[in-house]
Amino acid sequence: MRFTLNGKVVNVRAHPMKRLLDVLREDCHLTGTKEGCGEGECGACTVLVNGAAVTSCLVPVGQVRGARVTTIEGLKRHRALQEAFVSEGGAQCGICTPGMIMTASTLGPSPSLDEIRSALAGNLCRCTGYGGIYRAVQRAGKKKHGGRL
Amino acid sequence: MTAPRALRIVGKSVPRKDGLAKVTGLAAYIDDLTYPGLLYGTTIRSTIPCGEIASIHLDFDTTGFTIVDVRDIPGRNVVALIDDDQPCLVEREVRHYAEPILLLAHEDRERLLEARAKTRIEYRPATPVFDPERSPKVFKRLAIDKGSLDEGFALADVVVEGEYRVPHQEQLYIEPNGMLAIPAENGVTVHGSLQCPYYVQRALRVVLGLPAHRVRVVQVETGGGFGGKEEYPSMLACHAALLALKARRPVKMVYDRIEDLEATTKRHPGVIRHRTGVTRDGRLAAMDIDVLLDGGAYATLSAVVLSRGVLHATGPYRCDHVRVRGRVVMTHTPPNGAFRGFGAPQTQFAVEVQMDRIAETLGLDPVTLRERNALRAGDTTATGQRLGRDTSALRVLREAVRRTDFRRRRRALAGTNRGLGLSLFFHGAGFTGAGEVKLASKATLELVERGVRVRVASAEIGQGSRTVHAQIVAETLGLPYDAVEIAQADTDQVPDSGPTVASRTAMVVGGLLQRCAAEMKTRLAGLTPRQYLKAHGPLSVTKEYRKPPEIEWDEEAYRGDAYGTYGWACDVAEVELDPDTCEVRPVRVTAVAELGRVLHPVMARGQIEGGTLQAVGYALVEQVVMRDGRMANAQLANYLIPTTRDTPAIDVVLLERPYRHGPFGAKGVGELPMDGPAPAIANALRHLGFDVREIPATPERLMELTRKGKGL
Repeated sequence: MRFTLNGKVVNVRAHPMKRLLDVLREDCHLTGTKEGCGEGECGACTVLVNGAAVTSCLVPVGQVRGARVTTIEGLKRHRALQEAFVSEGGAQCGICTPGMIMTASTLGPSPSLDEIRSALAGNLCRCTGYGGIYRAVQRAGKKKHGGRL
Repeated sequence: MTAPRALRIVGKSVPRKDGLAKVTGLAAYIDDLTYPGLLYGTTIRSTIPCGEIASIHLDFDTTGFTIVDVRDIPGRNVVALIDDDQPCLVEREVRHYAEPILLLAHEDRERLLEARAKTRIEYRPATPVFDPERSPKVFKRLAIDKGSLDEGFALADVVVEGEYRVPHQEQLYIEPNGMLAIPAENGVTVHGSLQCPYYVQRALRVVLGLPAHRVRVVQVETGGGFGGKEEYPSMLACHAALLALKARRPVKMVYDRIEDLEATTKRHPGVIRHRTGVTRDGRLAAMDIDVLLDGGAYATLSAVVLSRGVLHATGPYRCDHVRVRGRVVMTHTPPNGAFRGFGAPQTQFAVEVQMDRIAETLGLDPVTLRERNALRAGDTTATGQRLGRDTSALRVLREAVRRTDFRRRRRALAGTNRGLGLSLFFHGAGFTGAGEVKLASKATLELVERGVRVRVASAEIGQGSRTVHAQIVAETLGLPYDAVEIAQADTDQVPDSGPTVASRTAMVVGGLLQRCAAEMKTRLAGLTPRQYLKAHGPLSVTKEYRKPPEIEWDEEAYRGDAYGTYGWACDVAEVELDPDTCEVRPVRVTAVAELGRVLHPVMARGQIEGGTLQAVGYALVEQVVMRDGRMANAQLANYLIPTTRDTPAIDVVLLERPYRHGPFGAKGVGELPMDGPAPAIANALRHLGFDVREIPATPERLMELTRKGKGL
């Protein structure tokens, strides 16, 4: 199975029905992508496939043949977002954080609170009450785009 | 009061110690660890709630499998905690659904799943008891008496009675429980997702029959706990260790979400009855309170949960004549256990809804009734504890009322589909009663080249313990924050600082570290760590918990200082009702909390926001459906927790009034925010005309109330 993982072409020997989540964690040794529920409800396993946020526990690896897959380990150009998750309290226990950041990275410049809430509605967090996450995403947007919120 | 000297690090939102690893995906959780020769373990569980095992059939080729049953336990077959009544593996008698019976391990997970499906257990079922009112067994009774109920009710003009019901709630840490056990020479090492390394070590010692130095427990990065990883990990660690010792290979056991929901602990459901005598001008003359908690099949921590429950049952109110009776009983359901708040959310839900019903009965507004009765400095609680200057019930109430313009807003909303309600509450910080003395926690500070290393058994579970401990130490020693490193919570490396529970990690363990740092500063006598080490050699300082002399607790009589101090808070909740569907949207919660000293504003706010939302879930959406003793909705698809779309705006107001025995004045914060939102929301629904006495206030339940003519 060939696909592009974090910018590099990889060739993985795996059953096409194996969950992308397991392929990433076990075959590719990238454990930054987490499993919270195994049924696509919590969003902890979110990765980008061709730029779109998907829950990798619901994706058979056969479906990403030839696609671009990005995980938290390969997230580039979003340092401001990651830093803001630290400074604004967007990460507490951290288990939802990689998935949360992957989804947040798909937001356009200077998203409104409503846009943030809609985008992140499939990512559960049990620690923060989401407030720190909203502030992190807003702050990152502000930094990147000259103070417009 | 003299002005405190300026603080450099405490009170500042320094970067969390674990922040960078968590946002880059590098932080290693239990399921991220692997070892050469690793086997995967799984648990065969009971499929009936009550009865006996008749026979066990393994309808698969067992070659290559490691199989453990009760006969493989070298020590005692109990999960050691308080009563030691819970077996590690069922021998014969089944007391609840999903009780562990057999353990299997194999290197191939597919084979393991097949084997699990082909393991058949036959039972002789017996009749289960699910209704706590009919339980044949009481795990614990507690009684608090103050004054005389007869005298109190004689002074009362009005008596208000009420019965309140609170449900199970799942902690729902996003990372399920998991452990990895590695056989070691004459012993075992267990890595895991857990809150209490020394609880796990003790349980392993008892089950394996090993001395402490042969059992090593290492906490790895833990994806949330909320109490759910307080006692349950002891069970799972024993299972993983039994498999690993038998297989002589490392064994990892990580639950999937379904198993975690079906088998592990939940918040105790309860029925709380109030009979309150009040004078016409709104003074509480007598409070008669009965607390019944459903402990599930085994005692686990139920006695202590009940304790915290009854100690908070009066709410933060003064009353001269009080009787509280509490009991926690057995039912044939999976054991209930620790969950943030630990009994106090249950009992304070009841008293705070009761207060609004009293206000309604007297024609008073909810604020006035609470102002008349809120505890003040110098008052005594139901156990006779005389409260100190850091008693902020009135202060948080007035601040919340002012911030929300409560009375005017409430009038303005009358007749709309929005309601406004409030709750006033408190939460004892640290272990109950003499608990801290019994724990005798220790903390160690060690000098290293770059600065100091903190050695404590406190588990970082997201709450920020590493960060606040480092702040306290750096501030006290006059070192930069970055010069403080935190050792992993590993029983080979850290002393027993007690469990990571009870809002005690910043206040109690932080206090020990402050004392360690103060002594180290004296010993350094102005030298840098490097200079000292060169001149004098290694230096480490250990301090043990010292009870403040004025704290006195009589466990027999249940009298005295139940807690060293309390956090105080007031929540105001505004909700919006969809009149067609009876769906409730929480619009805004204003949470005003007094925490002694705010050590880290961003993290303190995060604790309040997170706890508030968890309690909004408790109030409105989280519902464990128990069917024949089994959780029928053991999936995230139908056990719902609040998403970003269900979350109200949460305004957090942090007030300070330093506690003299807390580090820099800090009190505990973790649990406090769990206690208030449910009654505030129920009272907001009461404002809308719904007589809510049971949560969650689901649309179905509200429609029932509407039909009964109590709603809109």
